[in-house]
Amino acid sequence: MTGFDLSCRFVQVWQRNLLVYRKTWKISFVPPLLEPLFYLAAFGVGLGKLVGSLAYGGKSTNYTAYIAPALIAINIMQSAFFENTFSSFVRMYYQKTFDAMLATPLTIDEVITGEILWGATKSVIGTALMMVIVTLFGLLHYPYALLLLPAAFLGGLAFACAGMICTAIVPTIETFNLPMFLFITPMFLFSGTFFPLDNLPGWAQLVARTLPLTHLVELCRSLALGRISASTLTAVAYLFTWSVVLFPLALIGMRRRLVR
Amino acid sequence: MPAIIEVDNLRKSYGSAVAVDGISFAVQAGECFGLLGPNGAGKTTTIRIVYGFTPRDSGHLRIFGTDCDGAWRALKARIGVCQQENNLDPDLTVRENLEIFAAYFNLPSPLVRERVASLLHFTALEGREQSSVRDLSGGLMRRLVLARALINEPQLLILDEPTTGLDPQSRHQLWSRLEELKLRGLTTLLTTHYMDEAQRLCDRLVIMDEGKILVEGAPLDLIRLHVGSSVIEVVAPSVDLRRMLQEKGLPYEDLGQRLVIYSIDGEALYRELLNGHSRDGCMMRPATLEDVFLRLTGRELRE
Repeated sequence: MTGFDLSCRFVQVWQRNLLVYRKTWKISFVPPLLEPLFYLAAFGVGLGKLVGSLAYGGKSTNYTAYIAPALIAINIMQSAFFENTFSSFVRMYYQKTFDAMLATPLTIDEVITGEILWGATKSVIGTALMMVIVTLFGLLHYPYALLLLPAAFLGGLAFACAGMICTAIVPTIETFNLPMFLFITPMFLFSGTFFPLDNLPGWAQLVARTLPLTHLVELCRSLALGRISASTLTAVAYLFTWSVVLFPLALIGMRRRLVR
Repeated sequence: MPAIIEVDNLRKSYGSAVAVDGISFAVQAGECFGLLGPNGAGKTTTIRIVYGFTPRDSGHLRIFGTDCDGAWRALKARIGVCQQENNLDPDLTVRENLEIFAAYFNLPSPLVRERVASLLHFTALEGREQSSVRDLSGGLMRRLVLARALINEPQLLILDEPTTGLDPQSRHQLWSRLEELKLRGLTTLLTTHYMDEAQRLCDRLVIMDEGKILVEGAPLDLIRLHVGSSVIEVVAPSVDLRRMLQEKGLPYEDLGQRLVIYSIDGEALYRELLNGHSRDGCMMRPATLEDVFLRLTGRELRE
Protein backbone atom coordinates (compact mmCIF):
# COMPACT_ATOMS: atom_id res chain seq x y z
CA MET A 1 0.00 0.00 0.00
CA THR A 2 1.69 3.16 -1.14
CA GLY A 3 0.37 6.68 -1.50
CA PHE A 4 -2.44 8.18 0.55
CA ASP A 5 -6.05 7.50 -0.39
CA LEU A 6 -7.68 10.68 0.79
CA SER A 7 -10.77 12.50 -0.49
CA CYS A 8 -12.99 15.09 1.19
CA ARG A 9 -15.11 12.22 2.52
CA PHE A 10 -13.19 12.59 5.81
CA VAL A 11 -15.83 15.25 6.56
CA GLN A 12 -18.31 12.41 7.21
CA VAL A 13 -16.10 11.05 10.00
CA TRP A 14 -15.79 14.55 11.45
CA GLN A 15 -19.59 14.93 11.29
CA ARG A 16 -20.10 11.64 13.11
CA ASN A 17 -17.97 12.93 15.98
CA LEU A 18 -19.78 16.26 15.97
CA LEU A 19 -23.14 14.46 16.17
CA VAL A 20 -22.00 12.47 19.21
CA TYR A 21 -20.51 15.62 20.78
CA ARG A 22 -23.78 17.50 20.36
CA LYS A 23 -25.52 14.79 22.39
CA THR A 24 -23.14 15.24 25.31
CA TRP A 25 -22.38 18.96 25.01
CA LYS A 26 -24.00 19.83 28.34
CA ILE A 27 -21.24 17.87 30.06
CA SER A 28 -18.45 18.65 27.58
CA PHE A 29 -19.06 22.39 27.95
CA VAL A 30 -18.38 22.43 31.67
CA PRO A 31 -14.59 21.83 31.90
CA PRO A 32 -13.47 24.56 29.46
CA LEU A 33 -15.70 27.04 31.31
CA LEU A 34 -14.76 26.07 34.86
CA GLU A 35 -11.08 25.28 34.45
CA PRO A 36 -9.95 28.83 33.60
CA LEU A 37 -12.07 30.13 36.46
CA PHE A 38 -10.27 27.89 38.95
CA TYR A 39 -6.82 28.64 37.59
CA LEU A 40 -7.39 32.37 37.32
CA ALA A 41 -8.68 32.38 40.88
CA ALA A 42 -5.80 30.32 42.28
CA PHE A 43 -2.86 31.64 40.27
CA GLY A 44 -4.08 35.05 39.23
CA VAL A 45 -5.77 36.27 42.37
CA GLY A 46 -3.87 34.15 44.89
CA LEU A 47 -0.34 33.83 43.48
CA GLY A 48 -0.60 37.04 41.47
CA LYS A 49 -0.66 39.08 44.71
CA LEU A 50 2.81 37.75 45.51
CA VAL A 51 4.19 38.04 41.99
CA GLY A 52 2.69 41.36 41.03
CA SER A 53 3.72 41.93 37.44
CA LEU A 54 6.50 40.79 35.12
CA ALA A 55 8.08 41.90 31.85
CA TYR A 56 6.69 40.49 28.62
CA GLY A 57 7.57 41.87 25.19
CA GLY A 58 9.40 44.73 26.87
CA LYS A 59 6.29 45.83 28.80
CA SER A 60 5.29 45.28 32.37
CA THR A 61 2.45 42.77 32.42
CA ASN A 62 0.08 41.88 35.21
CA TYR A 63 0.59 38.23 36.30
CA THR A 64 -3.04 37.25 35.72
CA ALA A 65 -2.93 38.65 32.17
CA TYR A 66 0.36 36.79 31.69
CA ILE A 67 -0.97 33.34 32.55
CA ALA A 68 -4.48 33.63 31.07
CA PRO A 69 -3.29 33.00 27.44
CA ALA A 70 -1.10 30.13 28.71
CA LEU A 71 -4.20 28.53 30.20
CA ILE A 72 -5.85 28.75 26.78
CA ALA A 73 -2.77 27.16 25.16
CA ILE A 74 -2.77 24.34 27.74
CA ASN A 75 -6.43 23.71 27.02
CA ILE A 76 -5.73 23.58 23.28
CA MET A 77 -3.02 20.98 23.91
CA GLN A 78 -5.09 18.87 26.27
CA SER A 79 -8.33 18.94 24.27
CA ALA A 80 -6.75 17.64 21.07
CA PHE A 81 -4.35 15.24 22.76
CA PHE A 82 -7.07 13.70 24.93
CA GLU A 83 -9.43 13.41 21.98
CA ASN A 84 -6.99 11.58 19.75
CA THR A 85 -5.59 9.36 22.48
CA PHE A 86 -8.23 8.19 24.96
CA SER A 87 -11.34 8.97 22.90
CA SER A 88 -9.92 7.71 19.59
CA PHE A 89 -8.68 4.57 21.31
CA VAL A 90 -12.16 3.90 22.72
CA ARG A 91 -13.66 4.31 19.25
CA MET A 92 -10.97 2.17 17.64
CA TYR A 93 -10.56 -0.61 20.20
CA TYR A 94 -13.69 -0.86 22.33
CA GLN A 95 -16.44 0.40 20.05
CA LYS A 96 -14.88 -0.87 16.78
CA THR A 97 -16.20 2.29 15.14
CA PHE A 98 -13.31 2.39 12.67
CA ASP A 99 -13.92 -1.25 11.67
CA ALA A 100 -17.53 -0.38 10.81
CA MET A 101 -16.43 2.68 8.82
CA LEU A 102 -13.88 0.64 6.88
CA ALA A 103 -16.66 -1.60 5.53
CA THR A 104 -18.03 1.49 3.74
CA PRO A 105 -16.44 3.50 0.90
CA LEU A 106 -14.40 5.43 3.49
CA THR A 107 -10.67 4.73 3.43
CA ILE A 108 -8.50 4.40 6.52
CA ASP A 109 -6.74 7.66 5.63
CA GLU A 110 -10.09 9.46 5.59
CA VAL A 111 -11.14 7.95 8.93
CA ILE A 112 -7.91 9.05 10.62
CA THR A 113 -7.93 12.49 8.97
CA GLY A 114 -11.50 13.00 10.18
CA GLU A 115 -10.42 12.01 13.69
CA ILE A 116 -7.44 14.39 13.70
CA LEU A 117 -9.47 17.33 12.39
CA TRP A 118 -12.09 16.58 15.02
CA GLY A 119 -9.38 16.72 17.71
CA ALA A 120 -8.33 20.14 16.41
CA THR A 121 -12.00 21.18 16.37
CA LYS A 122 -12.34 20.24 20.04
CA SER A 123 -9.46 22.64 20.73
CA VAL A 124 -11.28 25.45 18.89
CA ILE A 125 -14.53 24.81 20.80
CA GLY A 126 -12.65 24.81 24.11
CA THR A 127 -10.83 28.01 23.21
CA ALA A 128 -14.05 29.79 22.25
CA LEU A 129 -15.59 28.87 25.60
CA MET A 130 -12.53 29.92 27.57
CA MET A 131 -12.36 33.20 25.71
CA VAL A 132 -15.82 34.05 27.06
CA ILE A 133 -14.60 33.71 30.64
CA VAL A 134 -11.22 35.36 30.10
CA THR A 135 -12.90 38.26 28.30
CA LEU A 136 -15.16 38.78 31.34
CA PHE A 137 -11.98 39.26 33.39
CA GLY A 138 -10.94 41.89 30.81
CA LEU A 139 -7.74 40.00 29.95
CA LEU A 140 -8.07 39.75 26.14
CA HIS A 141 -6.95 42.43 23.76
CA TYR A 142 -9.39 42.64 20.82
CA PRO A 143 -9.41 42.42 17.81
CA TYR A 144 -6.10 40.48 17.88
CA ALA A 145 -7.53 38.05 20.41
CA LEU A 146 -9.99 36.78 17.77
CA LEU A 147 -7.00 35.19 16.04
CA LEU A 148 -6.85 32.82 19.02
CA LEU A 149 -9.50 30.74 17.21
CA PRO A 150 -7.42 29.90 14.11
CA ALA A 151 -4.39 29.57 16.42
CA ALA A 152 -6.36 27.00 18.42
CA PHE A 153 -6.98 25.03 15.25
CA LEU A 154 -3.30 25.07 14.30
CA GLY A 155 -2.15 24.16 17.80
CA GLY A 156 -4.91 21.57 18.08
CA LEU A 157 -3.77 19.99 14.83
CA ALA A 158 -0.21 19.68 16.16
CA PHE A 159 -1.32 17.88 19.31
CA ALA A 160 -4.01 15.85 17.51
CA CYS A 161 -1.34 14.38 15.21
CA ALA A 162 0.91 13.64 18.19
CA GLY A 163 -2.00 11.95 20.01
CA MET A 164 -2.92 9.86 16.99
CA ILE A 165 0.65 8.61 16.69
CA CYS A 166 0.46 7.50 20.35
CA THR A 167 -2.81 5.71 19.57
CA ALA A 168 -1.13 3.90 16.71
CA ILE A 169 1.56 2.61 19.06
CA VAL A 170 0.12 1.92 22.53
CA PRO A 171 -0.79 -1.70 23.35
CA THR A 172 -3.44 -0.78 25.94
CA ILE A 173 -5.35 2.33 26.96
CA GLU A 174 -3.41 2.48 30.26
CA THR A 175 -0.19 3.03 28.29
CA PHE A 176 -1.36 6.59 27.50
CA ASN A 177 -0.25 7.48 31.04
CA LEU A 178 3.31 7.36 29.74
CA PRO A 179 3.06 10.15 27.13
CA MET A 180 0.78 12.06 29.51
CA PHE A 181 3.43 11.95 32.22
CA LEU A 182 6.56 12.31 30.05
CA PHE A 183 5.30 14.66 27.33
CA ILE A 184 2.21 16.57 28.43
CA THR A 185 2.92 17.23 32.12
CA PRO A 186 6.51 18.59 31.69
CA MET A 187 5.29 20.87 28.90
CA PHE A 188 2.41 22.03 31.07
CA LEU A 189 4.92 23.19 33.69
CA PHE A 190 8.00 24.28 31.74
CA SER A 191 6.85 25.85 28.45
CA GLY A 192 6.76 29.42 29.59
CA THR A 193 3.30 28.80 30.96
CA PHE A 194 3.43 30.05 34.55
CA PHE A 195 6.85 31.74 34.51
CA PRO A 196 9.12 33.09 31.71
CA LEU A 197 11.53 30.70 29.99
CA ASP A 198 14.37 33.05 30.95
CA ASN A 199 14.07 31.83 34.54
CA LEU A 200 15.20 28.35 33.43
CA PRO A 201 18.88 27.33 33.11
CA GLY A 202 20.27 27.65 29.57
CA TRP A 203 20.08 23.99 28.62
CA ALA A 204 16.50 23.73 29.86
CA GLN A 205 15.54 26.76 27.77
CA LEU A 206 16.94 24.99 24.69
CA VAL A 207 14.95 21.85 25.44
CA ALA A 208 11.81 23.90 26.04
CA ARG A 209 12.18 25.62 22.67
CA THR A 210 12.04 22.28 20.85
CA LEU A 211 8.64 21.49 22.39
CA PRO A 212 5.36 22.49 20.72
CA LEU A 213 3.61 23.92 23.78
CA THR A 214 6.33 26.57 24.20
CA HIS A 215 5.49 27.89 20.74
CA LEU A 216 1.76 27.59 21.25
CA VAL A 217 1.98 29.53 24.52
CA GLU A 218 4.02 32.24 22.79
CA LEU A 219 1.49 32.40 19.95
CA CYS A 220 -1.51 32.62 22.28
CA ARG A 221 0.14 35.17 24.56
CA SER A 222 1.14 37.50 21.75
CA LEU A 223 -2.37 37.33 20.25
CA ALA A 224 -4.19 37.70 23.57
CA LEU A 225 -2.13 40.71 24.58
CA GLY A 226 -2.01 42.14 21.06
CA ARG A 227 1.79 42.18 20.94
CA ILE A 228 2.74 40.59 17.63
CA SER A 229 6.45 40.06 17.06
CA ALA A 230 8.88 37.89 15.10
CA SER A 231 8.48 35.12 17.67
CA THR A 232 4.75 35.02 16.87
CA LEU A 233 5.57 34.11 13.29
CA THR A 234 8.25 31.65 14.40
CA ALA A 235 5.62 29.95 16.55
CA VAL A 236 3.20 29.67 13.62
CA ALA A 237 5.95 28.28 11.37
CA TYR A 238 7.00 25.78 14.06
CA LEU A 239 3.46 24.48 14.68
CA PHE A 240 2.76 24.28 10.95
CA THR A 241 5.94 22.32 10.25
CA TRP A 242 5.30 20.03 13.23
CA SER A 243 1.81 19.21 11.88
CA VAL A 244 2.98 18.71 8.31
CA VAL A 245 5.60 16.21 9.48
CA LEU A 246 3.47 14.37 12.04
CA PHE A 247 0.23 14.09 10.03
CA PRO A 248 1.53 11.55 7.47
CA LEU A 249 3.28 9.67 10.29
CA ALA A 250 -0.08 9.38 12.07
CA LEU A 251 -1.73 8.00 8.92
CA ILE A 252 1.06 5.48 8.36
CA GLY A 253 1.05 4.44 12.01
CA MET A 254 -2.70 3.88 12.08
CA ARG A 255 -2.54 1.87 8.86
CA ARG A 256 0.03 -0.40 10.42
CA ARG A 257 -2.20 -0.81 13.44
CA LEU A 258 -5.54 -1.36 11.68
CA VAL A 259 -4.75 -3.07 8.39
CA ARG A 260 -4.08 -6.66 9.23
CA MET B 1 -23.32 -13.57 -16.36
CA PRO B 2 -20.11 -13.41 -14.30
CA ALA B 3 -19.95 -14.74 -10.75
CA ILE B 4 -20.51 -12.17 -7.98
CA ILE B 5 -17.37 -13.30 -6.14
CA GLU B 6 -14.46 -15.15 -7.75
CA VAL B 7 -11.64 -16.16 -5.45
CA ASP B 8 -8.65 -17.89 -6.95
CA ASN B 9 -5.73 -19.33 -4.99
CA LEU B 10 -6.08 -16.79 -2.18
CA ARG B 11 -3.31 -16.68 0.43
CA LYS B 12 -2.76 -14.70 3.62
CA SER B 13 -0.18 -15.21 6.37
CA TYR B 14 0.47 -13.42 9.64
CA GLY B 15 4.17 -13.87 10.22
CA SER B 16 4.76 -17.59 10.11
CA ALA B 17 1.07 -18.41 10.76
CA VAL B 18 -0.80 -19.23 7.56
CA ALA B 19 -4.40 -18.02 7.89
CA VAL B 20 -5.61 -18.68 4.35
CA ASP B 21 -3.70 -21.25 2.34
CA GLY B 22 -4.54 -21.08 -1.34
CA ILE B 23 -8.33 -21.29 -1.45
CA SER B 24 -10.56 -20.90 -4.51
CA PHE B 25 -14.32 -20.61 -4.78
CA ALA B 26 -16.97 -18.69 -6.68
CA VAL B 27 -20.34 -17.33 -5.57
CA GLN B 28 -23.05 -16.98 -8.19
CA ALA B 29 -25.72 -14.27 -8.33
CA GLY B 30 -28.64 -14.89 -5.97
CA GLU B 31 -26.80 -17.60 -4.10
CA CYS B 32 -26.26 -17.92 -0.36
CA PHE B 33 -22.74 -19.27 0.11
CA GLY B 34 -21.37 -20.41 3.47
CA LEU B 35 -17.87 -20.64 4.90
CA LEU B 36 -17.80 -23.22 7.69
CA GLY B 37 -14.96 -24.34 9.86
CA PRO B 38 -13.69 -24.58 13.42
CA ASN B 39 -12.22 -21.53 15.16
CA GLY B 40 -9.03 -20.45 13.47
CA ALA B 41 -9.91 -22.12 10.16
CA GLY B 42 -9.49 -18.85 8.26
CA LYS B 43 -13.17 -17.99 7.67
CA THR B 44 -13.06 -14.46 9.03
CA THR B 45 -9.76 -13.68 7.33
CA THR B 46 -11.27 -14.85 4.05
CA ILE B 47 -14.33 -12.65 4.24
CA ARG B 48 -12.32 -9.69 5.52
CA ILE B 49 -10.27 -10.03 2.34
CA VAL B 50 -13.46 -10.25 0.27
CA TYR B 51 -14.86 -6.98 1.67
CA GLY B 52 -11.58 -5.15 1.32
CA PHE B 53 -10.60 -4.88 4.99
CA THR B 54 -7.57 -7.17 4.91
CA PRO B 55 -5.13 -7.05 2.00
CA ARG B 56 -4.31 -10.48 0.55
CA ASP B 57 -0.75 -11.76 0.11
CA SER B 58 -1.44 -13.37 -3.26
CA GLY B 59 -4.19 -14.81 -5.43
CA HIS B 60 -6.91 -13.27 -7.55
CA LEU B 61 -10.09 -11.65 -6.31
CA ARG B 62 -12.88 -10.40 -8.55
CA ILE B 63 -16.15 -8.98 -7.28
CA PHE B 64 -19.07 -8.20 -9.62
CA GLY B 65 -16.69 -9.22 -12.40
CA THR B 66 -14.26 -6.42 -11.51
CA ASP B 67 -10.69 -6.90 -10.40
CA CYS B 68 -10.60 -5.55 -6.84
CA ASP B 69 -7.23 -3.84 -6.84
CA GLY B 70 -7.68 -0.10 -7.02
CA ALA B 71 -11.47 -0.42 -7.26
CA TRP B 72 -12.35 -0.87 -3.58
CA ARG B 73 -14.20 2.40 -3.09
CA ALA B 74 -16.65 1.68 -5.90
CA LEU B 75 -17.00 -1.97 -4.89
CA LYS B 76 -17.60 -1.21 -1.21
CA ALA B 77 -20.45 1.09 -2.20
CA ARG B 78 -22.24 -2.03 -3.51
CA ILE B 79 -21.44 -4.37 -0.59
CA GLY B 80 -23.16 -4.62 2.81
CA VAL B 81 -21.23 -6.05 5.75
CA CYS B 82 -22.28 -7.38 9.17
CA GLN B 83 -19.07 -7.78 11.10
CA GLN B 84 -18.72 -10.23 13.97
CA GLU B 85 -18.96 -7.58 16.70
CA ASN B 86 -22.01 -5.36 17.13
CA ASN B 87 -19.96 -2.28 16.31
CA LEU B 88 -22.87 0.14 16.51
CA ASP B 89 -22.41 3.68 17.81
CA PRO B 90 -23.44 3.36 21.48
CA ASP B 91 -23.88 7.12 21.90
CA LEU B 92 -26.42 7.36 19.09
CA THR B 93 -30.03 6.28 18.68
CA VAL B 94 -31.23 3.52 16.38
CA ARG B 95 -32.24 6.05 13.72
CA GLU B 96 -29.01 8.04 14.02
CA ASN B 97 -26.97 4.87 13.61
CA LEU B 98 -28.66 4.25 10.27
CA GLU B 99 -28.45 7.88 9.17
CA ILE B 100 -24.77 8.30 9.98
CA PHE B 101 -23.96 5.10 8.12
CA ALA B 102 -25.92 6.32 5.11
CA ALA B 103 -23.76 9.45 5.19
CA TYR B 104 -20.63 7.31 4.83
CA PHE B 105 -22.15 6.11 1.55
CA ASN B 106 -22.93 9.70 0.46
CA LEU B 107 -26.65 8.92 0.08
CA PRO B 108 -28.94 11.92 -0.47
CA SER B 109 -31.21 12.68 2.49
CA PRO B 110 -34.65 12.06 0.89
CA LEU B 111 -33.41 8.59 -0.08
CA VAL B 112 -32.05 8.04 3.42
CA ARG B 113 -35.41 8.87 5.02
CA GLU B 114 -37.13 6.43 2.72
CA ARG B 115 -34.63 3.61 3.29
CA VAL B 116 -34.45 4.11 7.05
CA ALA B 117 -38.24 3.81 7.24
CA SER B 118 -38.37 0.66 5.15
CA LEU B 119 -35.41 -0.96 6.94
CA LEU B 120 -36.89 -0.23 10.38
CA HIS B 121 -40.02 -1.97 9.14
CA PHE B 122 -38.09 -4.87 7.61
CA THR B 123 -36.12 -5.56 10.80
CA ALA B 124 -39.14 -4.98 13.07
CA LEU B 125 -37.45 -2.04 14.81
CA GLU B 126 -40.34 0.35 14.24
CA GLY B 127 -41.11 2.27 17.39
CA ARG B 128 -37.55 1.82 18.62
CA GLU B 129 -35.94 4.43 16.36
CA GLN B 130 -35.42 6.89 19.24
CA SER B 131 -34.02 4.22 21.58
CA SER B 132 -30.39 4.48 22.54
CA VAL B 133 -28.32 1.58 21.27
CA ARG B 134 -27.17 1.00 24.86
CA ASP B 135 -30.72 0.00 25.79
CA LEU B 136 -31.10 -2.63 23.05
CA SER B 137 -30.94 -6.38 23.69
CA GLY B 138 -28.47 -8.55 21.79
CA GLY B 139 -31.13 -9.63 19.31
CA LEU B 140 -32.27 -6.06 18.60
CA MET B 141 -28.68 -4.92 18.14
CA ARG B 142 -28.08 -7.69 15.65
CA ARG B 143 -31.17 -6.68 13.68
CA LEU B 144 -29.95 -3.09 13.66
CA VAL B 145 -26.55 -4.24 12.39
CA LEU B 146 -28.38 -6.04 9.58
CA ALA B 147 -30.48 -2.96 8.78
CA ARG B 148 -27.32 -0.85 8.76
CA ALA B 149 -25.62 -3.27 6.35
CA LEU B 150 -28.59 -2.90 3.99
CA ILE B 151 -28.66 0.93 4.00
CA ASN B 152 -26.80 1.14 0.66
CA GLU B 153 -29.07 -1.50 -0.95
CA PRO B 154 -26.10 -3.80 -1.48
CA GLN B 155 -25.86 -6.33 -4.29
CA LEU B 156 -23.74 -8.52 -2.04
CA LEU B 157 -24.32 -9.07 1.67
CA ILE B 158 -21.46 -10.40 3.81
CA LEU B 159 -22.24 -11.77 7.28
CA ASP B 160 -19.58 -12.85 9.78
CA GLU B 161 -21.22 -15.19 12.30
CA PRO B 162 -24.57 -13.38 12.18
CA THR B 163 -26.32 -15.21 15.03
CA THR B 164 -23.51 -15.98 17.49
CA GLY B 165 -24.71 -15.35 21.03
CA LEU B 166 -28.40 -14.90 20.18
CA ASP B 167 -31.30 -16.69 21.86
CA PRO B 168 -33.34 -19.13 19.72
CA GLN B 169 -36.14 -16.60 19.09
CA SER B 170 -33.71 -13.97 17.85
CA ARG B 171 -31.89 -16.49 15.68
CA HIS B 172 -35.08 -17.61 13.98
CA GLN B 173 -36.20 -14.02 13.50
CA LEU B 174 -32.86 -13.17 11.86
CA TRP B 175 -32.94 -16.29 9.72
CA SER B 176 -36.40 -15.43 8.40
CA ARG B 177 -35.12 -11.94 7.48
CA LEU B 178 -32.17 -13.47 5.64
CA GLU B 179 -34.46 -15.90 3.83
CA GLU B 180 -36.63 -13.00 2.77
CA LEU B 181 -33.56 -11.23 1.35
CA LYS B 182 -32.64 -14.40 -0.51
CA LEU B 183 -36.10 -14.50 -2.09
CA ARG B 184 -35.48 -10.97 -3.33
CA GLY B 185 -32.36 -12.31 -5.07
CA LEU B 186 -29.66 -10.87 -2.81
CA THR B 187 -26.34 -12.70 -3.01
CA THR B 188 -25.01 -13.58 0.44
CA LEU B 189 -21.67 -14.78 1.78
CA LEU B 190 -21.71 -15.90 5.41
CA THR B 191 -19.49 -17.58 7.97
CA THR B 192 -20.91 -19.63 10.78
CA HIS B 193 -20.12 -22.53 13.02
CA TYR B 194 -23.75 -23.35 13.56
CA MET B 195 -24.48 -26.28 11.28
CA ASP B 196 -28.25 -25.87 11.51
CA GLU B 197 -27.83 -22.28 10.34
CA ALA B 198 -25.70 -23.33 7.38
CA GLN B 199 -28.06 -26.17 6.48
CA ARG B 200 -31.06 -23.86 6.56
CA LEU B 201 -29.62 -20.83 4.76
CA CYS B 202 -26.85 -21.93 2.42
CA ASP B 203 -27.36 -23.10 -1.15
CA ARG B 204 -23.74 -24.12 -1.25
CA LEU B 205 -20.94 -24.07 1.27
CA VAL B 206 -17.33 -24.94 1.87
CA ILE B 207 -15.91 -26.50 5.01
CA MET B 208 -12.50 -25.03 5.82
CA ASP B 209 -9.80 -26.14 8.20
CA GLU B 210 -6.33 -24.74 8.75
CA GLY B 211 -6.71 -22.27 5.91
CA LYS B 212 -7.71 -24.86 3.30
CA ILE B 213 -11.04 -25.87 1.80
CA LEU B 214 -11.84 -29.50 2.66
CA VAL B 215 -15.08 -29.90 0.70
CA GLU B 216 -17.49 -27.80 -1.30
CA GLY B 217 -21.10 -28.49 -2.24
CA ALA B 218 -24.79 -28.18 -1.39
CA PRO B 219 -25.53 -29.14 2.25
CA LEU B 220 -27.64 -32.22 1.37
CA ASP B 221 -25.16 -33.45 -1.23
CA LEU B 222 -22.32 -33.16 1.27
CA ILE B 223 -24.30 -35.11 3.85
CA ARG B 224 -25.18 -37.87 1.38
CA LEU B 225 -21.64 -38.08 0.06
CA HIS B 226 -19.70 -37.99 3.33
CA VAL B 227 -22.06 -39.49 5.90
CA GLY B 228 -25.05 -41.14 4.22
CA SER B 229 -28.71 -40.55 4.92
CA SER B 230 -28.66 -41.66 8.53
CA VAL B 231 -26.37 -42.17 11.49
CA ILE B 232 -26.62 -44.76 14.25
CA GLU B 233 -25.33 -43.92 17.67
CA VAL B 234 -24.67 -46.65 20.21
CA VAL B 235 -24.10 -45.87 23.87
CA ALA B 236 -21.84 -48.21 25.87
CA PRO B 237 -21.00 -50.48 22.94
CA SER B 238 -19.89 -54.09 23.48
CA VAL B 239 -16.65 -55.67 22.22
CA ASP B 240 -18.79 -57.90 19.96
CA LEU B 241 -20.32 -54.92 18.27
CA ARG B 242 -16.94 -53.39 17.48
CA ARG B 243 -15.74 -56.72 16.04
CA MET B 244 -18.87 -57.04 13.95
CA LEU B 245 -18.45 -53.54 12.50
CA GLN B 246 -14.82 -54.22 11.69
CA GLU B 247 -15.71 -57.51 9.98
CA LYS B 248 -18.34 -55.82 7.88
CA GLY B 249 -15.95 -52.97 7.10
CA LEU B 250 -18.50 -50.33 8.13
CA PRO B 251 -17.20 -46.80 8.80
CA TYR B 252 -17.65 -45.72 12.41
CA GLU B 253 -16.13 -43.42 14.94
CA ASP B 254 -15.14 -44.73 18.35
CA LEU B 255 -15.59 -42.17 21.08
CA GLY B 256 -15.04 -44.65 23.91
CA GLN B 257 -18.45 -44.62 25.56
CA ARG B 258 -20.19 -44.01 22.27
CA LEU B 259 -20.00 -45.32 18.72
CA VAL B 260 -21.15 -43.25 15.76
CA ILE B 261 -21.84 -45.53 12.78
CA TYR B 262 -22.13 -44.08 9.30
CA SER B 263 -24.02 -46.49 7.09
CA ILE B 264 -25.49 -46.21 3.62
CA ASP B 265 -28.03 -48.89 4.52
CA GLY B 266 -28.85 -47.65 7.98
CA GLU B 267 -32.30 -49.20 8.31
CA ALA B 268 -31.17 -52.83 7.98
CA LEU B 269 -28.17 -52.36 10.24
CA TYR B 270 -30.29 -50.64 12.86
CA ARG B 271 -32.73 -53.57 12.94
CA GLU B 272 -29.84 -55.97 13.26
CA LEU B 273 -28.36 -53.99 16.14
CA LEU B 274 -31.68 -53.84 17.94
CA ASN B 275 -32.13 -57.62 17.64
CA GLY B 276 -28.62 -58.67 18.43
CA HIS B 277 -26.23 -56.33 20.10
CA SER B 278 -27.56 -53.52 22.21
CA ARG B 279 -31.26 -53.11 22.61
CA ASP B 280 -30.95 -50.03 24.83
CA GLY B 281 -28.86 -47.02 24.00
CA CYS B 282 -29.05 -47.59 20.28
CA MET B 283 -30.50 -44.75 18.26
CA MET B 284 -30.88 -44.00 14.58
CA ARG B 285 -31.25 -40.39 13.41
CA PRO B 286 -31.02 -38.53 10.11
CA ALA B 287 -27.50 -37.47 9.22
CA THR B 288 -26.78 -33.76 9.58
CA LEU B 289 -24.19 -31.32 8.39
CA GLU B 290 -22.69 -31.51 11.87
CA ASP B 291 -21.78 -35.16 11.21
CA VAL B 292 -20.04 -34.12 7.99
CA PHE B 293 -18.26 -31.32 9.81
CA LEU B 294 -17.02 -33.49 12.68
CA ARG B 295 -16.02 -36.31 10.35
CA LEU B 296 -13.94 -33.98 8.22
CA THR B 297 -12.45 -31.69 10.84
CA GLY B 298 -12.13 -34.19 13.69
CA ARG B 299 -13.29 -33.94 17.26
CA GLU B 300 -10.23 -32.46 18.96
CA LEU B 301 -10.60 -29.07 20.58
CA ARG B 302 -9.04 -26.28 18.53
CA GLU B 303 -8.18 -23.65 21.07
